[in-house]
Amino acid sequence: MKPAFSVLFLTTLIGAGQGLLVALVTGQWYFVIGATPRQENGAFYAVGAAIALVLLGLGLFASFFHLANPQRAWRAATRWRTSWLSREVILLPVVMGLGVVYAGVHGFGIRPVLMTFSNQKSLDLTMAVGFVTAGAALLLYVVTGMIYACVRFIREWASSWTVVNFVAMGLASGFTVAAAYAAISSSPLTEFFAADALVLTLVALATRSYQLWRNWRAKSPFTLKSAIGVHHPQIRQLTQGFCGTSFNTKEFFVPGGKGKMAVLTAAFVAFGFLLPAVMIGVGWATGDAALLIAAALAQYLGLLAERWVFFAQGNHVQNLYYQARA
Amino acid sequence: MKDPVTSRDTEFGPSEVKTTTCYMCACRCGIRVHLRGGEVRYIEGNPDHPLNQGVICAKGASGIMKQYSPARLTRPLKRKEGAERGENAFEPISWDEAFTILGDRLAHIRATDPKKLALFTGRDQMQALTGLFAKQFGTPNYAAHGGFCSVNMAAGMIYTIGGSFWEFGGPDLDRAKLFVMIGTAEDHHSNPMKIALSKFKRSGGRFIAINPVRTGYAAIADEWVPIRPGTDGALLLALIREIVEMGLFDREFLIRFTNAAELVNMDPASDEFGLLIRDPSVTAEPGCFDPENRLWWDRLTDRPTIARSEGSDGRLIGAFELPDGTAVKPAFQLLKDRVKDCTPEWAEGITGIPAATIRRLAHEMGVTARDHKIELPIAWTDAWGREYDTIVGNPVAFHSMRGLAAHSNGFHAIRALGILMSLLGTIDRPGGFRHKAPFPRPIPPCAKPPKGPEGVKPNEPLGGMPLGWPADPNDLFVDAEGEPVRIDKAFSWEYPLSVHGLMHNVITNAWRGDPYPIDTLFLFMANMAWNSSMNTVEVRKMLTDKHENGEYKIPFIVVTDAFQSETVAFADLVLPDTTYLERHDVMSLLDRPISEFDGPVDSVRIPVLPPLGESKPFQEVLIELGSRLRLPAFVNADGSRKYRDYPDFIVHFETEPGSGIGFLSGWRGKSGEKFLVGEPNPSQWEMYARNHNHFHYELPRSYQYMRNWNRGYLTWARHHRLVRFAEPIVIHLYSEVLQKFRLAAEGKRKGKQPPAHLRERVKDFFDPLPFYFPPLEWHQTNTSAFPLAAITQRPMAMYHSWDSQNAWLRQIHTHNALFVHPSVGAANNFGDGAWVWVESPWGKVRCQARFTEAVEPGTVWTWNAVGKASGAWGLSPDANESRHGFLLNHVISEELPALISGRTVSNSDPVTGQAAWYDVRVRVTPAAADEPAESWPQFTPLPQVPGQTGFTGTLRAFFAGKARG
Amino acid sequence: MSKKQLALVIDLNVCVGCHACVTSCKEWNTSGWAGPMPDQNPYDADPSGVFFNRVQTFECGTFPNTETIHFPKSCLHCEDPPCVPVCPTGASYKREEDGIVLVDYDKCIGCKYCSWSCPYGVREFDEVQGVMKKCTLCVDRIYDQTLPPERRKPACVLACPAGARIFGDIKDPDSEAAIAIRENGGYPLMPEWGTQPANHYLPRRKTKMTLHEDELIRADNPLKIEGELPKPPDGSSLDDYSSW
Ligand SMILES: Nc1nc2c(c(=O)[nH]1)N[C@H]1C(S)=C(S)[C@@H](COP(=O)(O)OP(=O)(O)OC[C@H]3O[C@@H](n4cnc5c(=O)[nH]c(N)nc54)[C@H](O)[C@@H]3O)O[C@H]1N2
Ligand SMILES: Nc1nc2c(c(=O)[nH]1)N[C@H]1C(S)=C(S)[C@@H](COP(=O)(O)OP(=O)(O)OC[C@H]3O[C@@H](n4cnc5c(=O)[nH]c(N)nc54)[C@H](O)[C@@H]3O)O[C@H]1N2
Ligand code: SF4
Ligand code: SF4
Ligand code: SF4
Ligand code: SF4
Ligand code: SF4
Ligand SMILES: [Mo]
Repeated sequence: MKPAFSVLFLTTLIGAGQGLLVALVTGQWYFVIGATPRQENGAFYAVGAAIALVLLGLGLFASFFHLANPQRAWRAATRWRTSWLSREVILLPVVMGLGVVYAGVHGFGIRPVLMTFSNQKSLDLTMAVGFVTAGAALLLYVVTGMIYACVRFIREWASSWTVVNFVAMGLASGFTVAAAYAAISSSPLTEFFAADALVLTLVALATRSYQLWRNWRAKSPFTLKSAIGVHHPQIRQLTQGFCGTSFNTKEFFVPGGKGKMAVLTAAFVAFGFLLPAVMIGVGWATGDAALLIAAALAQYLGLLAERWVFFAQGNHVQNLYYQARA
Repeated sequence: MKDPVTSRDTEFGPSEVKTTTCYMCACRCGIRVHLRGGEVRYIEGNPDHPLNQGVICAKGASGIMKQYSPARLTRPLKRKEGAERGENAFEPISWDEAFTILGDRLAHIRATDPKKLALFTGRDQMQALTGLFAKQFGTPNYAAHGGFCSVNMAAGMIYTIGGSFWEFGGPDLDRAKLFVMIGTAEDHHSNPMKIALSKFKRSGGRFIAINPVRTGYAAIADEWVPIRPGTDGALLLALIREIVEMGLFDREFLIRFTNAAELVNMDPASDEFGLLIRDPSVTAEPGCFDPENRLWWDRLTDRPTIARSEGSDGRLIGAFELPDGTAVKPAFQLLKDRVKDCTPEWAEGITGIPAATIRRLAHEMGVTARDHKIELPIAWTDAWGREYDTIVGNPVAFHSMRGLAAHSNGFHAIRALGILMSLLGTIDRPGGFRHKAPFPRPIPPCAKPPKGPEGVKPNEPLGGMPLGWPADPNDLFVDAEGEPVRIDKAFSWEYPLSVHGLMHNVITNAWRGDPYPIDTLFLFMANMAWNSSMNTVEVRKMLTDKHENGEYKIPFIVVTDAFQSETVAFADLVLPDTTYLERHDVMSLLDRPISEFDGPVDSVRIPVLPPLGESKPFQEVLIELGSRLRLPAFVNADGSRKYRDYPDFIVHFETEPGSGIGFLSGWRGKSGEKFLVGEPNPSQWEMYARNHNHFHYELPRSYQYMRNWNRGYLTWARHHRLVRFAEPIVIHLYSEVLQKFRLAAEGKRKGKQPPAHLRERVKDFFDPLPFYFPPLEWHQTNTSAFPLAAITQRPMAMYHSWDSQNAWLRQIHTHNALFVHPSVGAANNFGDGAWVWVESPWGKVRCQARFTEAVEPGTVWTWNAVGKASGAWGLSPDANESRHGFLLNHVISEELPALISGRTVSNSDPVTGQAAWYDVRVRVTPAAADEPAESWPQFTPLPQVPGQTGFTGTLRAFFAGKARG
Repeated sequence: MSKKQLALVIDLNVCVGCHACVTSCKEWNTSGWAGPMPDQNPYDADPSGVFFNRVQTFECGTFPNTETIHFPKSCLHCEDPPCVPVCPTGASYKREEDGIVLVDYDKCIGCKYCSWSCPYGVREFDEVQGVMKKCTLCVDRIYDQTLPPERRKPACVLACPAGARIFGDIKDPDSEAAIAIRENGGYPLMPEWGTQPANHYLPRRKTKMTLHEDELIRADNPLKIEGELPKPPDGSSLDDYSSW
């Protein structure tokens, strides 16, 4: 599939944004469960959520470039019953809305206690909103992943690993951003976030590598035999009916070819996972904010490359019909 | 969005429907053109038209994009002062000026030496008018595309059975059981062939395709018989042999309707050697074409008898002696002798088709013809008065076209096909081959070229037809030395039966001044600087070549085209024509009409749009020029203009004053009550329009078959002036006409004699029976250095060069590649998609190769005329057609140097002058890695010309009538 | 699932790959309800355009046993069309009345998601209007009461010179389309996806001839009349060896 830049930015940006929200909520929760002694102040969460909102907003903005008729984008919210895309279109603003509320309750310090636990910690409004927000953000990963995972005609995408990877990579990048943010703010959460980011990055590396390997190994079960219904062991396409290009050759083909794919695959493994992992590890150990910021940036670039590869690897069944032109 | 079910197309704007005739190709289907706001909204096939019955092809349906082409010429143009030919630099002029320039020039030529005007036309559908103009002007130098197209098919068949494929007849697939298609990709009968072929297949008919390539029609064949190009003659002779040896021929048919049983003089000492024995005591009626005075050997009385006399039965086999001692043999015996050694094994070695397959094919043909006879309950009477209760058909049908025709051995291969069809008894019978009016014609037809230079006189019409049918050497158009009078050397001893001329040599000959220089080359609808010339690179140079004094070797070139073709660039004067949607036109019985098996059909075009800009129908140009030049047919006795315009001309012109024969055969007579013959009818156009633009006369059923010998039909045809004679047209299994030329070459016949250096050639090739010889070019080519045969094919979705300007069609064939069998790549070290050099002894091109398994491995092929010169046809200079596409013509030579006694002749069939496009041999080698991935040769990009429609912008979202609701 | 399902049945047995269906579709639709169908670089390098129907060519086998197959393809109007539920706007829909799958351009946001969800590669994007387009089964022709009944058919069907395109309701067992499928082994493309394409294809059918040896001899062989048959067999016979 042709990687559309709007979609690359959309998915990576909101992935990081969602992850950051989840990280903030986790950080807050660490206090609740007693993992950290000190609760961060409201401003920390408010600013963090605002950063997440910026990421989500940029993603949303990028998504409009994917639509040829964005003025009727609202219509895309109408088919949530059947369309994962429609569900995403609904859920993304919901997550953003929750993010705003989350930032708001923290920022304005609206934190009435809703429930007190036996360990003397209590569930206040900010935490409750956080849980809902994080839940929605996690759900949004699933929804986004499902948009691709449910395209049966692209074998490379049509698996639960697509969803797993969207969750893992999104969270990893979100936590890395959170670690960097915490380090800048000299927050005690830095260590927690860095540790989480490291684990998540390594998990994402594992799950994504598995999917890479799986896709690389799997043979296409689709044949020209059933595509054109002719039962002959040797079928070749001679022409696709036109010598120029068409939507079907532009949208579903990958510009560049094998070499570009190999380079970008190496790049995303290095920049998306290995390098950030090292930088997070060192940053965690030294508390060097610059290193964590660099890790977040490298990882983002790496994930952009990852997303490119993800699209480019998608070999759509329809390509059976567009193999040769003469 | 509006509901598609309740909203109507008319809501986008009021529309109207007009009918006319398509000319996206020469098939000439009826169309209904829907207009919205003055723009073409939809072109559909006219269901009420006999030819296409409502269907339309890819080209026809893309007529809209031709109408709005960026290559349209809209103003008369004169080559810019100081600009060179080929630069495409013009200044617009008025029609008045154009007519003055041209009229003065032509008047001078006509008054001095009319043959200095060479008028040649390409895929012209108005040869009746262009030919009339040439004849009236007095120049013999006129022809259309036939000579480089398929004259072998016309001549080979017409000299054998009095009719042909092409537009003159075809296979009766309604009733055939076995259909054999040889060397046909698309042909002129595009839509009708497809309609018929699918019906045939669906009704269980068996379809065999003999072709080096399996595409298009051959794709749906039940059996594909791949053959090496140029070798069909051998295959056909082997089939004939097998059918003769197995007794699978239709004896009754041969005896009665062909000259198979007629006796041939076998006395080598006689001047009549090889001619049919004729009884001098039979008195021929005056005006008789071919008296019934031939003899056969009566089987019942064992004596020679006038052939076909009641109560006698000719022998086909044997050798006899006449009472006067002359040795004679039935023609059939000679044929049998001829094919004796043409065994399937022999043919296998030549054609590459396994002997067992050849045998089986022969048996399938013979057994189907014999055992699946059709008998229609139609009573008829033959020309000798015998009455029949039924019409019998042997349901084996053939069709063939340029795969046979476009070779230098095509004439004899096609004669062999005609003979095979005759042996099977499938001529003008149900399920076999059927004629279309005005065929069958006498063998050969009556029209003759002038007999010598005296036929060409200043200020006089030509003393004969520019094109005709020589019946013996005295009909040749040569001077006292036996040298050609025509610029293309047609009807000379080099190509005696070149009945369609040799357009492919005109430029070369005129440039060389051989046989003489000309003044004005007038081209209409022919892309002679590109795809319709062989050796294109050199021919383009000839068009611009100058004498030492700085004058062009071809002094003046006029091009009439509707579009900015490659040839336009070489013109001194450009006359912009209209499109087919903008003009009146006739498809006349005087030319090649669209007749059906059941009777004559002719048709018209009626404009559905006004001419664009200043474009003017070429028909009007000719009427105007004819009137200005005071050519007799175009002026009254007092020299005043006779016809207001072309429609007026069509209605009122008669071949001779009062003849009642004109261009259109329908609704003649004062009020349209007559047909074929009758006084002019002023409302004829309206009557055609009312009848969906055509006239169709359906013959009575008893006249629809066996027309060569059908007394009823022949009498009817003579009565309606379709033919001059009502005599039976006996099939020339054995060709006496050819033997007469051979006798002349042997010095045994009085009258015109070939020049010494041509005697051998005429003797060799004017064999009264078909024989196989490898294409002439192979005699000269080192076939191991050039191991591959290179051919082209027509793509179904493109017409010659003229559809690259079509935004829709060009997306289907944006460029062309050379299709090769993978073994060619393996042997020459290149892979699928590699850029390669294709070299012949004559030239080379660089192109891209594609692998295919659907080709005979010794053959490479490409789609014809997709490649374009940069900047032509309104395309941008970097369009794929010019950068990626290529023209095979660059590697094909128009001449074969030193072929006969060191002299050069045209690369053509030695009998008919048919251009031997498909004889060329090539080798294919990979292009070097550092060479650009671009076709070669490239030409300097052509700029647009003044008045050209053009198109700038990267987008065309066509919506007719624009007012989108 | 609708009771009526209009569709095309394409007879590969007679399709000669002429592309008439391709351009007749384009000319009808570009100026109609579903149009325009723009062309990019129409006269420049690398032209590209919207077509609802394309004819491809495939080759099977190796020389000399090669089969060439011309293969027209347009939207198959699946009975269970995967392209419809994924559309976030409802622009892609399947008509209840007759099973035709259409796109409402006024709703389409041009996200292209539907095209990803079609295994057959038949949807084409119009870059100008920014909406997805595809074969409409000429819905704007087939119900048009102002047309004579026999012309109320898709443009491609009317055009096809080989009559290789049959149009009709495949749920009506008496329709020409249903009969053609039933009687000629009509099949859908890639049935494994469960999309249940409404369009069907008819396979190649071959007519062969069987020749019996005696048909080549025959008592009425004309050579007999010419005194050439039957030829006496050459060589020895039993008579040369036996002495009963
Ligand atoms: N290599 C190779 N070359 C071949 C052949 C082959 O098989 N292989 N085939 C040969 C054969 S059989 C033929 S017939 C020729 C065909 O060759 P041509 O007859 O030359 O055909 P085109 O080049 O398509 O068209 C000639 C010109 O007609 C113009 N034209 C189109 N419509 C109109 C109109 O309405 N009015 C006017 N005035 N002009 C119009 C076009 O713009 C074009 O310039 O090609 C020959 N060349
Ligand atoms: N769409 C379309 N239709 C056209 C035209 C067009 O340009 N486009 N041109 C028109 C014109 S002017 C003409 S003359 C006709 C020509 O109509 P066709 O005769 O059908 O034209 P060609 O493309 O020359 O086809 C020749 C066929 O013969 C095969 N062939 C070549 N050499 C041999 C051989 O030695 N033996 C055998 N058995 N086969 C051989 C080729 O593979 C090819 O399939 O078409 C007319 N119709
Ligand atoms: S076959 Fe020729 S005349 Fe007929 S519709 Fe096609 S282009 Fe027009
Ligand atoms: S063929 Fe494709 S576009 Fe058409 S209905 Fe089926 S899935 Fe949808
Ligand atoms: S491109 Fe249009 S029709 Fe297709 S899914 Fe998107 S909104 Fe629906
Ligand atoms: S049914 Fe109509 S829209 Fe569909 S391919 Fe045929 S002509 Fe085109
Ligand atoms: S119009 Fe008919 S024969 Fe031609 S390509 Fe289309 S389906 Fe095949
Ligand atoms: Mo031709």
